[in-house]
Amino acid sequence: MGLESALGEGYLTTRIDDLVNWARSNAAWPMPMGLACCAIEMMAFAGPRYDVSRFGSEVLRFSPRQSDVMIVAGWCSYKMSHAIRRIWDQMPDPKWCIAMGACASTGGMHRCYGVVQGVDNFLPVDAYVSGCPPRPDAVLHALMKIQDKIRTEHSVLLDT
Amino acid sequence: MELSPELQKVIDGLKDTFESDYEVTEQYRGDTIIRVKPDHIVDICNYLKEKHHFVYLADIFGTDRFTSDDRFEVIYNIVSLKTQQRLFLKTRCEEENPHLNSVTSVWPAANWFERETYDMFGIVFENHPDLRRMFMPEDFDYHPLRKEFPLLGIPGSIELPSSTPDTE
Repeated sequence: MGLESALGEGYLTTRIDDLVNWARSNAAWPMPMGLACCAIEMMAFAGPRYDVSRFGSEVLRFSPRQSDVMIVAGWCSYKMSHAIRRIWDQMPDPKWCIAMGACASTGGMHRCYGVVQGVDNFLPVDAYVSGCPPRPDAVLHALMKIQDKIRTEHSVLLDT
Repeated sequence: MELSPELQKVIDGLKDTFESDYEVTEQYRGDTIIRVKPDHIVDICNYLKEKHHFVYLADIFGTDRFTSDDRFEVIYNIVSLKTQQRLFLKTRCEEENPHLNSVTSVWPAANWFERETYDMFGIVFENHPDLRRMFMPEDFDYHPLRKEFPLLGIPGSIELPSSTPDTE
């Protein structure tokens, strides 16, 4: 029914990197790290209107062991940073991170003693989303940027 | 502004019963604020609860007045559900070793409010059942709502998690 009927007796060749990247980039399951109001927009991002399942990321798992992309949505206090880092460390490699919104990216309006001034102080962030809170399509854009990033990854580099 | 008859009764009763502790009554934007001396705060609170039905403790909070004497102020926001009256009870304590008696024996709700005031201003509530910090980490050395504390905190005073993964 699928590929077989189109191919007939023939076959396809590809590189294992391309195959793996194709699979990974279209099944980047998010770990929703909802800390504040950005989490509401993150729910809209996962919901039917913006529909992140178009990008294969509809499976928001509340278990770090089953997820690939952590979306840090909201401001992060110093006390919370340890919990987030622990969850991040439990996610299996390879993994990516989106800092969603002004607070997660820079501390935002919470310029004070209790809030970490950007989660990149303790997490390797791949994509920053501006906005307070960002629209769901901005988060989709960040996810697409991460997909682009995944697709250009190489497990074996040709040494020419 | 005229005091409501119910509050006037409370103030008169307080003046009679705790003559040496009563200091002053102020009014500000419809709120009535009574300031008392700190020594018999538990007795005063107990009196207000038992005799004037101030059964609802809405909040306890501190202020840093940044003055040389009686620097810190603790305010009890109490409501009488019977007479529908709100009252702010204030008391002051000094800068060196600020301490007050805990009113948890009067209102159990005071437990967390006093912990928060301790966390933010360093006011020690004696006879408190569990005086730990409320918001800041346990090993934090400062009291962030004191005026001398910088807005962005003291760099390095709170540890961030290690950003390098374990080598194993």
